[in-house]
Amino acid sequence: MTDQTDRLGARGDDVYAALMAAHEGLTEAESHSLNARLVLMLANRVGDADAVIALIRDAADMTGKDA
Amino acid sequence: MAYDYQPFPYVPPPGLRGPEPRHPVAIVGAGPIGLALAIDLAQRGVAAVVLDDNNVVSVGSRAICWAKRTLEIFDRLGVGERMLNKGITWKVGRNFHGADEVYSFDLLPEDGHKYPAFINLQQYYVEEYLIERAQELGIDLRFKNRVVGHEDKGDHVVLTVETPDGSYTLEAAWLCACDGAKSPTRDRMGLPFEGQTFEEHFLIVDVEMAESPFGSDVPERWFWFHPPFHPGQSALLHAQPDNIYRIDLQLGPETDAATEAAEEKVLPRIRAVVGDRPFRLDWMSVYKFRCARLERFVHGRVLFVGDSAHVVSPFGARGGNGGIQDVDNLGWKLAAVLGGAAGPDLLDSYDTERVHAADENILNSTRATNFMTPKSPIEALFREEVLRLSHRHSFARRLVNSGRLSLPAVLPGYDKGDAPVAPGTAMPDAPLSDGWLIERVQGEFTLVGFGDIALPEVPGVRRLGIGQTGAPYPCCTSPGDVAQARYGAGWAYLFRPDGHVQAAFRDPTAELVAAEVARAFGPNAEVTP
Repeated sequence: MTDQTDRLGARGDDVYAALMAAHEGLTEAESHSLNARLVLMLANRVGDADAVIALIRDAADMTGKDA
Repeated sequence: MAYDYQPFPYVPPPGLRGPEPRHPVAIVGAGPIGLALAIDLAQRGVAAVVLDDNNVVSVGSRAICWAKRTLEIFDRLGVGERMLNKGITWKVGRNFHGADEVYSFDLLPEDGHKYPAFINLQQYYVEEYLIERAQELGIDLRFKNRVVGHEDKGDHVVLTVETPDGSYTLEAAWLCACDGAKSPTRDRMGLPFEGQTFEEHFLIVDVEMAESPFGSDVPERWFWFHPPFHPGQSALLHAQPDNIYRIDLQLGPETDAATEAAEEKVLPRIRAVVGDRPFRLDWMSVYKFRCARLERFVHGRVLFVGDSAHVVSPFGARGGNGGIQDVDNLGWKLAAVLGGAAGPDLLDSYDTERVHAADENILNSTRATNFMTPKSPIEALFREEVLRLSHRHSFARRLVNSGRLSLPAVLPGYDKGDAPVAPGTAMPDAPLSDGWLIERVQGEFTLVGFGDIALPEVPGVRRLGIGQTGAPYPCCTSPGDVAQARYGAGWAYLFRPDGHVQAAFRDPTAELVAAEVARAFGPNAEVTP
Protein backbone atom coordinates (compact mmCIF):
# COMPACT_ATOMS: atom_id res chain seq x y z
CA MET A 1 0.00 0.00 0.00
CA THR A 2 1.39 3.41 -0.94
CA ASP A 3 1.42 6.25 1.53
CA GLN A 4 -1.14 8.88 0.59
CA THR A 5 0.76 12.07 1.28
CA ASP A 6 -1.00 15.19 2.46
CA ARG A 7 -2.33 17.52 -0.24
CA LEU A 8 -4.62 19.77 1.80
CA GLY A 9 -2.16 21.28 4.28
CA ALA A 10 -3.68 23.32 7.07
CA ARG A 11 -6.96 23.46 5.10
CA GLY A 12 -7.48 19.79 5.97
CA ASP A 13 -9.10 20.98 9.20
CA ASP A 14 -11.57 23.06 7.15
CA VAL A 15 -12.50 20.03 5.05
CA TYR A 16 -12.91 17.81 8.11
CA ALA A 17 -15.06 20.41 9.87
CA ALA A 18 -17.27 20.84 6.76
CA LEU A 19 -17.71 17.07 6.58
CA MET A 20 -18.77 16.86 10.23
CA ALA A 21 -21.13 19.80 9.76
CA ALA A 22 -22.75 18.08 6.74
CA HIS A 23 -23.50 15.03 8.91
CA GLU A 24 -24.86 16.97 11.84
CA GLY A 25 -28.45 16.06 12.64
CA LEU A 26 -28.67 13.24 10.04
CA THR A 27 -29.99 9.78 10.83
CA GLU A 28 -27.63 6.86 10.36
CA ALA A 29 -29.31 6.00 7.03
CA GLU A 30 -29.04 9.59 5.84
CA SER A 31 -25.36 9.67 6.80
CA HIS A 32 -24.77 6.46 4.83
CA SER A 33 -26.42 8.03 1.77
CA LEU A 34 -24.42 11.20 2.14
CA ASN A 35 -21.16 9.24 2.37
CA ALA A 36 -22.06 7.15 -0.68
CA ARG A 37 -22.90 10.22 -2.76
CA LEU A 38 -19.76 11.97 -1.67
CA VAL A 39 -17.51 8.99 -2.49
CA LEU A 40 -18.99 8.79 -5.97
CA MET A 41 -18.57 12.52 -6.53
CA LEU A 42 -14.98 12.48 -5.26
CA ALA A 43 -14.16 9.48 -7.48
CA ASN A 44 -15.37 11.39 -10.49
CA ARG A 45 -13.42 14.44 -9.37
CA VAL A 46 -10.20 12.38 -9.08
CA GLY A 47 -10.86 11.54 -12.72
CA ASP A 48 -8.34 8.70 -12.97
CA ALA A 49 -10.15 5.37 -12.94
CA ASP A 50 -7.05 3.30 -12.16
CA ALA A 51 -6.16 5.56 -9.25
CA VAL A 52 -9.71 5.35 -7.88
CA ILE A 53 -9.75 1.54 -8.17
CA ALA A 54 -6.40 1.35 -6.37
CA LEU A 55 -7.79 3.54 -3.59
CA ILE A 56 -10.88 1.35 -3.31
CA ARG A 57 -8.63 -1.70 -2.88
CA ASP A 58 -6.43 0.04 -0.31
CA ALA A 59 -9.41 1.18 1.73
CA ALA A 60 -11.16 -2.19 1.47
CA ASP A 61 -7.98 -3.94 2.49
CA MET A 62 -8.22 -2.38 5.96
CA THR A 63 -11.66 -3.90 6.63
CA GLY A 64 -11.60 -5.99 9.78
CA LYS A 65 -7.96 -5.18 10.55
CA ASP A 66 -6.64 -3.27 13.55
CA ALA A 67 -4.99 -0.54 11.53
CA MET B 1 8.75 20.34 45.89
CA ALA B 2 5.34 21.94 46.32
CA TYR B 3 5.11 25.66 45.47
CA ASP B 4 5.29 27.90 48.51
CA TYR B 5 2.27 30.23 48.30
CA GLN B 6 3.24 33.54 49.92
CA PRO B 7 0.33 35.87 50.64
CA PHE B 8 0.85 39.43 49.41
CA PRO B 9 0.24 42.10 52.03
CA TYR B 10 -3.03 43.96 52.12
CA VAL B 11 -2.43 47.68 52.62
CA PRO B 12 -5.43 49.90 53.44
CA PRO B 13 -5.93 51.96 50.25
CA PRO B 14 -5.90 55.77 50.40
CA GLY B 15 -9.50 55.82 49.11
CA LEU B 16 -10.72 54.65 52.53
CA ARG B 17 -9.60 57.96 54.07
CA GLY B 18 -10.77 60.35 51.36
CA PRO B 19 -11.30 60.70 47.61
CA GLU B 20 -8.34 59.64 45.47
CA PRO B 21 -7.33 61.60 42.37
CA ARG B 22 -8.80 60.03 39.22
CA HIS B 23 -6.65 57.15 37.95
CA PRO B 24 -5.96 56.88 34.21
CA VAL B 25 -6.65 53.14 34.25
CA ALA B 26 -8.15 50.72 36.78
CA ILE B 27 -7.39 47.07 36.09
CA VAL B 28 -9.66 44.51 37.71
CA GLY B 29 -7.83 41.23 38.28
CA ALA B 30 -4.17 40.53 39.08
CA GLY B 31 -3.85 37.39 36.96
CA PRO B 32 -1.34 37.13 34.13
CA ILE B 33 -3.44 39.38 31.87
CA GLY B 34 -4.10 42.20 34.34
CA LEU B 35 -0.50 42.20 35.55
CA ALA B 36 0.95 42.16 32.03
CA LEU B 37 -1.31 45.05 31.03
CA ALA B 38 -0.30 47.08 34.11
CA ILE B 39 3.38 46.50 33.28
CA ASP B 40 2.92 47.40 29.62
CA LEU B 41 1.16 50.65 30.61
CA ALA B 42 3.74 51.47 33.29
CA GLN B 43 6.54 51.10 30.73
CA ARG B 44 4.66 53.68 28.65
CA GLY B 45 4.35 56.08 31.59
CA VAL B 46 0.70 55.26 32.42
CA ALA B 47 0.15 54.45 36.11
CA ALA B 48 -2.66 51.91 36.37
CA VAL B 49 -4.11 50.74 39.66
CA VAL B 50 -4.62 46.96 39.90
CA LEU B 51 -7.47 45.64 42.07
CA ASP B 52 -7.71 41.98 43.05
CA ASP B 53 -10.08 40.24 45.46
CA ASN B 54 -7.43 37.71 46.46
CA ASN B 55 -3.89 37.93 47.85
CA VAL B 56 -2.05 34.91 46.45
CA VAL B 57 -0.92 33.82 43.00
CA SER B 58 -2.86 31.20 41.02
CA VAL B 59 -3.64 28.16 43.17
CA GLY B 60 -2.71 25.22 40.97
CA SER B 61 -0.59 25.23 37.82
CA ARG B 62 -3.58 26.07 35.53
CA ALA B 63 -2.16 27.70 32.37
CA ILE B 64 1.20 26.06 31.73
CA CYS B 65 1.99 26.29 28.00
CA TRP B 66 3.40 29.66 26.96
CA ALA B 67 3.94 30.14 23.25
CA LYS B 68 6.85 31.81 21.50
CA ARG B 69 4.88 34.97 20.71
CA THR B 70 3.87 35.31 24.36
CA LEU B 71 7.49 34.91 25.46
CA GLU B 72 8.50 37.63 23.00
CA ILE B 73 5.88 39.92 24.55
CA PHE B 74 7.09 38.95 28.03
CA ASP B 75 10.59 39.87 26.83
CA ARG B 76 9.38 43.38 26.07
CA LEU B 77 7.77 43.50 29.53
CA GLY B 78 11.09 42.56 31.15
CA VAL B 79 10.23 39.02 32.31
CA GLY B 80 10.82 36.85 29.22
CA GLU B 81 14.30 35.63 30.06
CA ARG B 82 13.34 34.79 33.64
CA MET B 83 10.41 32.71 32.39
CA LEU B 84 12.59 31.00 29.79
CA ASN B 85 15.24 30.14 32.38
CA LYS B 86 12.74 28.62 34.78
CA GLY B 87 10.43 27.02 32.21
CA ILE B 88 10.71 23.67 30.48
CA THR B 89 11.49 24.18 26.81
CA TRP B 90 9.83 21.74 24.43
CA LYS B 91 9.11 21.68 20.74
CA VAL B 92 8.31 18.09 19.82
CA GLY B 93 4.80 16.68 20.18
CA ARG B 94 3.89 13.03 19.68
CA ASN B 95 0.45 11.59 18.99
CA PHE B 96 -0.31 7.99 19.85
CA HIS B 97 -3.19 5.76 18.81
CA GLY B 98 -3.38 2.96 21.33
CA ALA B 99 0.22 2.08 22.13
CA ASP B 100 1.58 3.10 18.70
CA GLU B 101 3.07 6.46 17.88
CA VAL B 102 1.44 7.62 14.65
CA TYR B 103 2.63 11.16 14.25
CA SER B 104 5.14 13.60 15.70
CA PHE B 105 5.74 17.27 14.99
CA ASP B 106 8.56 19.73 15.57
CA LEU B 107 7.11 23.18 16.25
CA LEU B 108 10.28 25.18 15.65
CA PRO B 109 12.51 23.44 13.16
CA GLU B 110 14.72 26.51 12.46
CA ASP B 111 17.38 28.23 14.57
CA GLY B 112 17.89 31.96 15.00
CA HIS B 113 15.05 32.81 17.39
CA LYS B 114 15.57 34.12 20.93
CA TYR B 115 12.61 32.12 22.24
CA PRO B 116 11.55 28.52 21.60
CA ALA B 117 8.17 27.41 20.26
CA PHE B 118 6.89 26.74 23.76
CA ILE B 119 7.86 26.61 27.38
CA ASN B 120 5.86 24.99 30.12
CA LEU B 121 5.71 27.06 33.29
CA GLN B 122 3.08 26.93 35.99
CA GLN B 123 0.77 29.94 36.15
CA TYR B 124 1.83 30.59 39.76
CA TYR B 125 5.41 31.25 38.61
CA VAL B 126 4.22 33.43 35.74
CA GLU B 127 2.16 35.51 38.18
CA GLU B 128 4.98 35.63 40.75
CA TYR B 129 7.44 36.98 38.17
CA LEU B 130 4.91 39.48 36.82
CA ILE B 131 4.12 40.71 40.34
CA GLU B 132 7.81 41.17 41.09
CA ARG B 133 8.23 43.09 37.86
CA ALA B 134 5.17 45.21 38.67
CA GLN B 135 6.58 45.99 42.12
CA GLU B 136 9.91 46.94 40.55
CA LEU B 137 8.01 49.46 38.38
CA GLY B 138 6.19 50.85 41.42
CA ILE B 139 2.74 49.73 40.20
CA ASP B 140 -0.13 50.29 42.62
CA LEU B 141 -1.19 46.67 43.34
CA ARG B 142 -4.12 46.38 45.73
CA PHE B 143 -4.77 42.91 47.09
CA LYS B 144 -7.98 42.08 48.97
CA ASN B 145 -9.66 44.91 47.04
CA ARG B 146 -12.83 43.41 45.58
CA VAL B 147 -14.64 45.47 42.94
CA VAL B 148 -18.36 45.08 43.66
CA GLY B 149 -19.79 47.76 41.42
CA HIS B 150 -18.96 50.13 38.60
CA GLU B 151 -20.72 52.86 36.69
CA ASP B 152 -19.69 54.20 33.29
CA LYS B 153 -20.04 57.99 33.41
CA GLY B 154 -19.17 58.51 29.74
CA ASP B 155 -15.78 60.10 30.29
CA HIS B 156 -14.73 57.97 33.27
CA VAL B 157 -15.82 55.01 35.38
CA VAL B 158 -16.64 55.00 39.10
CA LEU B 159 -15.79 51.76 40.87
CA THR B 160 -17.00 50.57 44.25
CA VAL B 161 -14.37 48.52 46.04
CA GLU B 162 -14.64 46.41 49.19
CA THR B 163 -11.68 45.83 51.48
CA PRO B 164 -11.24 44.17 54.89
CA ASP B 165 -11.54 47.73 56.32
CA GLY B 166 -14.73 48.69 54.49
CA SER B 167 -15.59 49.99 51.05
CA TYR B 168 -14.54 53.02 49.03
CA THR B 169 -15.04 54.45 45.58
CA LEU B 170 -12.43 55.09 42.97
CA GLU B 171 -12.51 56.93 39.64
CA ALA B 172 -10.64 55.88 36.53
CA ALA B 173 -10.68 57.16 32.96
CA TRP B 174 -10.74 53.54 31.74
CA LEU B 175 -11.68 50.25 33.37
CA CYS B 176 -9.92 47.15 32.07
CA ALA B 177 -11.77 43.98 33.04
CA CYS B 178 -9.08 41.31 33.36
CA ASP B 179 -11.23 39.36 35.80
CA GLY B 180 -11.23 36.02 34.07
CA ALA B 181 -13.65 33.53 32.56
CA LYS B 182 -16.33 34.19 35.18
CA SER B 183 -15.82 37.98 34.91
CA PRO B 184 -17.96 39.74 37.55
CA THR B 185 -17.64 42.92 35.45
CA ARG B 186 -19.22 41.16 32.48
CA ASP B 187 -21.99 39.71 34.67
CA ARG B 188 -22.72 43.09 36.23
CA MET B 189 -23.20 44.56 32.75
CA GLY B 190 -25.44 41.65 31.74
CA LEU B 191 -23.45 41.05 28.55
CA PRO B 192 -24.20 37.82 26.70
CA PHE B 193 -21.26 35.40 26.57
CA GLU B 194 -22.26 32.85 24.01
CA GLY B 195 -20.72 29.83 22.39
CA GLN B 196 -20.40 26.06 22.56
CA THR B 197 -20.26 24.08 25.81
CA PHE B 198 -18.69 20.64 25.70
CA GLU B 199 -20.29 17.90 27.79
CA GLU B 200 -17.11 15.91 28.39
CA HIS B 201 -15.43 15.95 31.76
CA PHE B 202 -11.65 16.06 31.98
CA LEU B 203 -9.46 15.24 34.95
CA ILE B 204 -6.36 17.39 35.17
CA VAL B 205 -3.66 16.31 37.60
CA ASP B 206 -0.19 17.55 38.49
CA VAL B 207 2.12 14.94 39.98
CA GLU B 208 5.63 15.34 41.27
CA MET B 209 7.97 12.55 40.22
CA ALA B 210 11.75 12.22 40.30
CA GLU B 211 11.79 10.00 37.23
CA SER B 212 10.58 11.33 33.87
CA PRO B 213 7.67 9.41 32.36
CA PHE B 214 8.99 10.30 28.89
CA GLY B 215 11.74 7.73 29.28
CA SER B 216 14.40 10.30 28.32
CA ASP B 217 15.61 13.72 29.47
CA VAL B 218 13.91 15.50 26.57
CA PRO B 219 10.50 16.84 27.58
CA GLU B 220 7.84 16.64 24.90
CA ARG B 221 4.06 16.79 24.55
CA TRP B 222 2.49 13.34 24.35
CA PHE B 223 -1.12 12.84 23.38
CA TRP B 224 -2.94 9.51 23.23
CA PHE B 225 -6.18 8.54 21.54
CA HIS B 226 -7.36 5.30 23.17
CA PRO B 227 -4.34 4.90 25.43
CA PRO B 228 -3.79 1.33 26.66
CA PHE B 229 -3.80 2.70 30.23
CA HIS B 230 -7.10 4.60 29.85
CA PRO B 231 -9.28 2.70 27.38
CA GLY B 232 -11.71 4.48 25.12
CA GLN B 233 -10.62 7.99 26.09
CA SER B 234 -7.77 10.42 25.43
CA ALA B 235 -4.79 11.48 27.56
CA LEU B 236 -2.20 14.27 27.50
CA LEU B 237 1.17 14.41 29.22
CA HIS B 238 3.34 17.50 29.73
CA ALA B 239 6.46 18.27 31.77
CA GLN B 240 6.68 21.28 34.10
CA PRO B 241 9.55 22.66 36.20
CA ASP B 242 10.27 21.19 39.66
CA ASN B 243 9.72 17.59 38.42
CA ILE B 244 6.01 18.22 38.05
CA TYR B 245 4.09 16.47 35.30
CA ARG B 246 0.69 17.42 33.97
CA ILE B 247 -1.63 14.53 33.18
CA ASP B 248 -4.92 15.33 31.50
CA LEU B 249 -7.44 12.48 31.20
CA GLN B 250 -10.73 12.54 29.32
CA LEU B 251 -13.48 11.06 31.49
CA GLY B 252 -16.50 11.13 29.19
CA PRO B 253 -19.78 12.99 29.58
CA GLU B 254 -21.57 10.75 32.09
CA THR B 255 -19.38 11.33 35.13
CA ASP B 256 -19.76 13.07 38.42
CA ALA B 257 -17.04 15.65 38.95
CA ALA B 258 -16.93 15.35 42.74
CA THR B 259 -16.63 11.52 42.63
CA GLU B 260 -13.91 11.68 40.01
CA ALA B 261 -11.86 14.20 41.99
CA ALA B 262 -11.70 11.89 45.02
CA GLU B 263 -8.17 10.73 45.71
CA GLU B 264 -9.09 7.03 45.77
CA LYS B 265 -10.43 7.43 42.21
CA VAL B 266 -7.52 9.55 40.96
CA LEU B 267 -4.56 7.58 42.32
CA PRO B 268 -5.25 4.36 40.35
CA ARG B 269 -5.72 6.41 37.18
CA ILE B 270 -2.32 8.05 37.68
CA ARG B 271 -0.64 4.74 38.49
CA ALA B 272 -2.01 3.42 35.21
CA VAL B 273 -0.12 6.22 33.40
CA VAL B 274 3.17 6.35 35.29
CA GLY B 275 3.51 2.71 36.34
CA ASP B 276 5.33 1.98 39.59
CA ARG B 277 7.33 5.25 39.65
CA PRO B 278 6.76 6.88 43.04
CA PHE B 279 4.85 10.17 42.79
CA ARG B 280 3.21 12.86 44.89
CA LEU B 281 -0.17 14.34 43.97
CA ASP B 282 0.37 18.11 43.73
CA TRP B 283 -2.93 19.49 42.39
CA MET B 284 -5.99 18.28 40.57
CA SER B 285 -9.21 19.51 39.10
CA VAL B 286 -12.16 18.05 37.17
CA TYR B 287 -13.59 20.35 34.57
CA LYS B 288 -15.75 20.88 31.51
CA PHE B 289 -15.09 23.70 29.12
CA ARG B 290 -16.63 25.96 26.59
CA CYS B 291 -15.68 28.16 23.69
CA ALA B 292 -17.39 31.56 23.89
CA ARG B 293 -16.77 35.25 23.47
CA LEU B 294 -18.32 38.63 23.97
CA GLU B 295 -19.72 40.18 20.82
CA ARG B 296 -17.57 43.25 21.46
CA PHE B 297 -14.53 43.72 23.72
CA VAL B 298 -14.95 47.51 24.01
CA HIS B 299 -18.02 48.82 25.84
CA GLY B 300 -17.77 52.56 26.37
CA ARG B 301 -15.12 53.10 29.02
CA VAL B 302 -14.94 49.40 29.90
CA LEU B 303 -12.46 47.20 28.03
CA PHE B 304 -12.47 43.41 28.24
CA VAL B 305 -9.11 41.67 28.05
CA GLY B 306 -8.26 37.95 28.19
CA ASP B 307 -10.67 35.30 29.50
CA SER B 308 -13.29 37.91 30.43
CA ALA B 309 -13.62 38.58 26.68
CA HIS B 310 -13.18 35.06 25.29
CA VAL B 311 -12.70 31.50 26.52
CA VAL B 312 -11.47 28.41 24.71
CA SER B 313 -10.85 24.78 25.55
CA PRO B 314 -7.26 24.16 26.66
CA PHE B 315 -6.28 22.05 23.63
CA GLY B 316 -4.03 24.35 21.66
CA ALA B 317 -2.92 26.56 24.54
CA ARG B 318 -4.87 29.48 23.14
CA GLY B 319 -6.36 30.88 26.36
CA GLY B 320 -3.51 32.49 28.28
CA ASN B 321 -1.53 33.08 25.10
CA GLY B 322 -4.49 34.76 23.43
CA GLY B 323 -4.93 36.98 26.48
CA ILE B 324 -1.30 38.13 26.50
CA GLN B 325 -1.66 39.03 22.84
CA ASP B 326 -4.75 41.09 23.75
CA VAL B 327 -2.52 43.01 26.15
CA ASP B 328 0.14 43.52 23.48
CA ASN B 329 -2.49 44.93 21.13
CA LEU B 330 -4.18 47.15 23.72
CA GLY B 331 -1.26 48.58 25.73
CA TRP B 332 0.18 50.99 23.17
CA LYS B 333 -3.26 52.03 21.95
CA LEU B 334 -4.60 52.83 25.41
CA ALA B 335 -1.43 54.76 26.21
CA ALA B 336 -1.77 56.69 22.92
CA VAL B 337 -5.40 57.57 23.69
CA LEU B 338 -4.52 58.68 27.23
CA GLY B 339 -1.55 60.69 25.95
CA GLY B 340 -3.66 62.45 23.30
CA ALA B 341 -1.77 60.96 20.34
CA ALA B 342 -4.94 59.21 19.18
CA GLY B 343 -8.67 59.52 19.65
CA PRO B 344 -10.68 56.90 21.56
CA ASP B 345 -11.72 55.29 18.28
CA LEU B 346 -8.22 53.80 18.06
CA LEU B 347 -9.62 51.34 20.61
CA ASP B 348 -12.11 50.15 17.95
CA SER B 349 -9.12 48.55 16.23
CA TYR B 350 -8.38 46.65 19.47
CA ASP B 351 -11.92 45.33 19.24
CA THR B 352 -11.71 44.44 15.54
CA GLU B 353 -8.26 42.88 15.68
CA ARG B 354 -8.70 40.87 18.87
CA VAL B 355 -12.23 39.69 18.03
CA HIS B 356 -10.73 38.37 14.80
CA ALA B 357 -7.96 36.60 16.76
CA ALA B 358 -10.45 35.24 19.32
CA ASP B 359 -12.52 33.77 16.50
CA GLU B 360 -9.44 32.05 15.12
CA ASN B 361 -8.59 30.67 18.56
CA ILE B 362 -12.17 29.54 19.16
CA LEU B 363 -12.35 27.89 15.73
CA ASN B 364 -9.15 25.93 16.29
CA SER B 365 -9.89 24.87 19.84
CA THR B 366 -13.51 23.93 18.97
CA ARG B 367 -12.30 21.71 16.15
CA ALA B 368 -9.70 20.04 18.35
CA THR B 369 -12.24 19.45 21.09
CA ASN B 370 -14.78 18.11 18.60
CA PHE B 371 -12.18 15.69 17.29
CA MET B 372 -11.40 14.51 20.82
CA THR B 373 -15.01 14.21 21.88
CA PRO B 374 -17.09 13.05 18.89
CA LYS B 375 -20.68 14.01 19.57
CA SER B 376 -22.44 11.53 17.28
CA PRO B 377 -21.80 7.95 16.09
CA ILE B 378 -20.90 9.23 12.62
CA GLU B 379 -18.34 11.69 14.05
CA ALA B 380 -16.88 8.85 16.11
CA LEU B 381 -16.72 6.69 12.99
CA PHE B 382 -14.84 9.30 10.94
CA ARG B 383 -12.50 9.92 13.86
CA GLU B 384 -11.74 6.19 14.18
CA GLU B 385 -11.02 5.86 10.46
CA VAL B 386 -8.74 8.92 10.49
CA LEU B 387 -6.81 7.34 13.36
CA ARG B 388 -6.63 3.96 11.62
CA LEU B 389 -5.50 5.55 8.35
CA SER B 390 -2.92 7.63 10.20
CA HIS B 391 -0.82 4.53 10.87
CA ARG B 392 -0.21 4.16 7.12
CA HIS B 393 -1.03 7.44 5.40
CA SER B 394 0.60 10.76 6.13
CA PHE B 395 -2.42 12.72 4.82
CA ALA B 396 -4.50 11.28 7.68
CA ARG B 397 -1.86 12.25 10.25
CA ARG B 398 -2.45 15.82 9.23
CA LEU B 399 -6.14 15.40 10.15
CA VAL B 400 -5.43 13.93 13.60
CA ASN B 401 -6.29 16.87 15.83
CA SER B 402 -4.98 16.88 19.39
CA GLY B 403 -4.87 20.69 19.41
CA ARG B 404 -3.57 23.19 16.87
CA LEU B 405 -1.06 25.01 19.02
CA SER B 406 -1.22 28.75 19.55
CA LEU B 407 0.17 30.93 16.79
CA PRO B 408 -0.38 34.69 16.54
CA ALA B 409 -3.25 35.73 14.28
CA VAL B 410 -2.50 37.87 11.23
CA LEU B 411 -4.17 41.26 11.68
CA PRO B 412 -7.27 41.74 9.53
CA GLY B 413 -7.48 44.65 7.09
CA TYR B 414 -3.90 44.54 5.81
CA ASP B 415 -3.02 43.89 2.18
CA LYS B 416 -0.62 40.98 1.90
CA GLY B 417 1.51 42.60 -0.83
CA ASP B 418 4.63 40.86 -2.14
CA ALA B 419 7.11 41.40 0.70
CA PRO B 420 8.59 38.21 2.23
CA VAL B 421 6.84 39.04 5.54
CA ALA B 422 3.28 40.18 4.89
CA PRO B 423 1.85 43.29 6.59
CA GLY B 424 -0.31 42.35 9.57
CA THR B 425 2.02 39.50 10.57
CA ALA B 426 3.65 39.24 14.00
CA MET B 427 7.36 39.82 13.46
CA PRO B 428 9.61 36.80 12.95
CA ASP B 429 12.68 37.09 15.17
CA ALA B 430 16.27 37.06 13.87
CA PRO B 431 19.70 37.13 15.49
CA LEU B 432 21.63 40.42 15.50
CA SER B 433 25.28 41.12 16.27
CA ASP B 434 24.23 42.63 19.59
CA GLY B 435 21.09 40.71 20.55
CA TRP B 436 17.83 39.89 18.84
CA LEU B 437 15.57 41.68 16.40
CA ILE B 438 12.55 41.52 18.74
CA GLU B 439 14.53 43.45 21.38
CA ARG B 440 15.28 46.27 18.97
CA VAL B 441 11.85 46.55 17.39
CA GLN B 442 9.08 45.90 19.90
CA GLY B 443 7.64 48.70 22.03
CA GLU B 444 7.72 51.64 19.63
CA PHE B 445 7.06 52.36 15.97
CA THR B 446 10.28 51.18 14.36
CA LEU B 447 11.45 51.36 10.77
CA VAL B 448 13.99 48.68 9.90
CA GLY B 449 16.05 48.53 6.72
CA PHE B 450 17.26 45.06 5.76
CA GLY B 451 20.39 45.21 3.61
CA ASP B 452 21.07 48.06 1.24
CA ILE B 453 18.14 50.43 1.69
CA ALA B 454 18.19 53.97 3.11
CA LEU B 455 15.67 54.93 5.81
CA PRO B 456 14.08 58.38 5.97
CA GLU B 457 13.73 60.35 9.17
CA VAL B 458 10.11 60.34 10.37
CA PRO B 459 9.02 61.96 13.64
CA GLY B 460 8.08 59.40 16.29
CA VAL B 461 9.67 56.52 14.40
CA ARG B 462 12.81 54.77 15.62
CA ARG B 463 15.18 53.53 12.93
CA LEU B 464 17.47 50.53 12.62
CA GLY B 465 19.67 49.47 9.71
CA ILE B 466 20.74 45.84 9.38
CA GLY B 467 23.80 45.10 7.27
CA GLN B 468 24.30 48.79 6.46
CA THR B 469 27.16 51.17 7.17
CA GLY B 470 27.54 54.93 7.30
CA ALA B 471 23.84 55.62 7.89
CA PRO B 472 22.81 58.50 10.21
CA TYR B 473 20.91 56.08 12.50
CA PRO B 474 21.78 52.96 14.55
CA CYS B 475 22.99 50.00 12.52
CA CYS B 476 24.05 46.45 13.25
CA THR B 477 24.61 43.20 11.43
CA SER B 478 22.82 39.89 11.50
CA PRO B 479 25.11 36.84 11.81
CA GLY B 480 24.84 34.84 8.58
CA ASP B 481 22.55 37.60 7.22
CA VAL B 482 19.64 35.64 8.71
CA ALA B 483 17.54 38.78 9.19
CA GLN B 484 17.96 39.77 5.53
CA ALA B 485 17.06 36.24 4.46
CA ARG B 486 13.87 36.28 6.55
CA TYR B 487 12.70 39.77 5.58
CA GLY B 488 14.27 40.11 2.14
CA ALA B 489 17.38 42.16 1.35
CA GLY B 490 16.47 45.59 0.02
CA TRP B 491 13.18 45.80 1.95
CA ALA B 492 12.27 48.23 4.72
CA TYR B 493 9.54 47.40 7.24
CA LEU B 494 7.55 49.63 9.55
CA PHE B 495 6.63 47.76 12.74
CA ARG B 496 3.85 48.76 15.13
CA PRO B 497 4.67 48.96 18.85
CA ASP B 498 3.15 45.47 19.23
CA GLY B 499 5.74 44.06 16.85
CA HIS B 500 3.34 43.51 13.95
CA VAL B 501 4.30 44.57 10.46
CA GLN B 502 2.42 47.75 9.56
CA ALA B 503 3.91 48.10 6.07
CA ALA B 504 6.77 46.97 3.85
CA PHE B 505 8.54 49.29 1.42
CA ARG B 506 10.94 49.05 -1.49
CA ASP B 507 11.32 52.82 -1.48
CA PRO B 508 10.45 54.18 1.97
CA THR B 509 9.98 57.93 1.66
CA ALA B 510 9.22 60.06 4.73
CA GLU B 511 5.72 60.73 3.36
CA LEU B 512 4.88 57.05 2.83
CA VAL B 513 6.15 56.04 6.25
CA ALA B 514 4.37 58.91 8.01
CA ALA B 515 1.13 57.98 6.23
CA GLU B 516 1.45 54.41 7.51
CA VAL B 517 2.05 55.60 11.07
CA ALA B 518 -1.07 57.76 10.78
CA ARG B 519 -3.03 54.79 9.43
CA ALA B 520 -1.97 52.67 12.41
CA PHE B 521 -3.29 55.37 14.75
CA GLY B 522 -6.67 55.41 13.00
CA PRO B 523 -8.47 57.95 10.85
CA ASN B 524 -8.89 60.63 13.53
CA ALA B 525 -5.36 60.49 14.83
CA GLU B 526 -3.39 63.61 15.66
CA VAL B 527 0.12 62.29 15.48
CA THR B 528 2.24 64.51 17.65
CA PRO B 529 5.27 62.52 18.72
